[in-house]
Amino acid sequence: MNIYQEELLDHYENPSNYGTLPNPDISHEEDNPLCGDRIRIDLIVEDDTIKEVRFSGHGCTISLASASMLTEKIIGKSLEEVKKLSRDDILDMVGIPLGPVRVKCALLALKVLKAGAYGIKGWPGEEDE
Amino acid sequence: MTQKTMHTSDFRPLDVQSIREDFPIFADTSPLAFLDSAASTQTPRPVVEAMDAYYDTYRSNIHRGIYRISEEATDQYEKARQKVAQLINAPRTSQIVFTRNTTESINLVAYSWGSLNIQQGDEIVLTDLEHHSNLVPWQLLAQRTGATLRFLEITDEGLLDFTQLRDVLSEKTKLVAITHVSNVLGTINPMQSIIDAAHATGTKVIVDAAQSVPHFHVDVQQLDCDFLAFSGHKMCGPTGVGVLYGKLELLDEMPPFLGGGSMIRSVERDISTYADVPAKFEAGTPSIAEAIGLGAAVDYITQAGLASIHVHEQKLLKYTHERLQKIEGITIYGPAPHQKAGVISFNIEGIHPHDVAGILDTHNVAIRAGHHCAQPLMKKLDVIATARASFYLYNTIEDIDRLCEGLQKAQTLMIRRSK
Repeated sequence: MNIYQEELLDHYENPSNYGTLPNPDISHEEDNPLCGDRIRIDLIVEDDTIKEVRFSGHGCTISLASASMLTEKIIGKSLEEVKKLSRDDILDMVGIPLGPVRVKCALLALKVLKAGAYGIKGWPGEEDE
Repeated sequence: MTQKTMHTSDFRPLDVQSIREDFPIFADTSPLAFLDSAASTQTPRPVVEAMDAYYDTYRSNIHRGIYRISEEATDQYEKARQKVAQLINAPRTSQIVFTRNTTESINLVAYSWGSLNIQQGDEIVLTDLEHHSNLVPWQLLAQRTGATLRFLEITDEGLLDFTQLRDVLSEKTKLVAITHVSNVLGTINPMQSIIDAAHATGTKVIVDAAQSVPHFHVDVQQLDCDFLAFSGHKMCGPTGVGVLYGKLELLDEMPPFLGGGSMIRSVERDISTYADVPAKFEAGTPSIAEAIGLGAAVDYITQAGLASIHVHEQKLLKYTHERLQKIEGITIYGPAPHQKAGVISFNIEGIHPHDVAGILDTHNVAIRAGHHCAQPLMKKLDVIATARASFYLYNTIEDIDRLCEGLQKAQTLMIRRSK
């Protein structure tokens, strides 16, 4: 399957929840040292539930589209549920086979989210290593 | 510039079609346009066959074996060293040390020569063009010793600002560590002038020749460089073998880098005496098959002719420049084609270089995208990453055409959407 399929390109072209929040409860930003892609995620949390989310930054199709998809997925979810999101959940969400370099692009947004919300430092899927 | 050393008498145009037949990877029915030789080249059959012959008929450890096939292995390993010495015109074969790659060669000098010669307050001069392999070892040495790193900057055209060298060089300067050819911009640095200027103040020079030795004739005696490092895998050889050339008096006085077997003369419980160069720097069983493969690679590129390879790459480079310049929104980094080797870095407005490479891959065109292990240069160019195409003796005009067609498809796919 071609990785440049319509759904991904739609998210890249018209990302959901793109921007920043004026008074976020949580705001975190990180880059992928392999390629310099950079993503920031802002969250508003009420009663342990994600009420609002925005992401911003720069990157390739895969990193920005997966960030856009991730924001759609987590809105309205509890922090407890979101914490369980795994590497495989993101790769399923992206839905196309990716090589090892592009997997890091796809996981960047989840990495930023987990570092900001839970202080988890490693790449998703590599936390135990 | 090094082209001066080309022998016009041995020039003949490359027979690229017959060269391609030596590379099984190009035999596929949907041909690969491989444009990433600056990272690692493809391997021709004669190189693989030379390594196969070792494994199939005389596989054994080298040096102390008292039986026929070990003598054969030793002989072939040392013949490879002779071939490398001839390639770069080293005065003596013993000045060729086999390492794993350019990175290890540079680290060897940083640890061994550095521990003997670099002290607090000394200065090491680098440039903004350096690959991490010719930067991080010097950062580590500076941290160990309290030495300072100084940097020569590049002009807007991506050329080294040579005028700064005289201002930077002082009695504190102990070493200039500089790349011969930039792996990102392709810039060919004026090595002769740099080495002459450094030597005038008593400063030693190490040349990162990873991107030059494979592509044009480099003569260490003419350059008069003190050290020169390059890798086998960027010149049709296998991975796992690299070369350090050094002046004999420097190599002789340097302490060992790694300790172990082969690098000793005699060993007692508390103290050892060391073998002469190059054995002093080749502790443990080396990459025997790979060194033999590198010897075959030297034969291969010498037979094709380094002058012919250089002229062929210049033709490809000029053609690529002409084609790419017509693409709307493209930025080409680095100097004009005649000032560089077969490397071209670019970006297309509105398309991330990862996407450029990803889309080209779907058309079986292999280029590199990223920071190319040169993050300080990326910062200088004010980009996060670039796309990079690089050439070798097996590339054709058709490969460039396919690159350009792929780029047009990438634009149709991506830019239509973002406007």
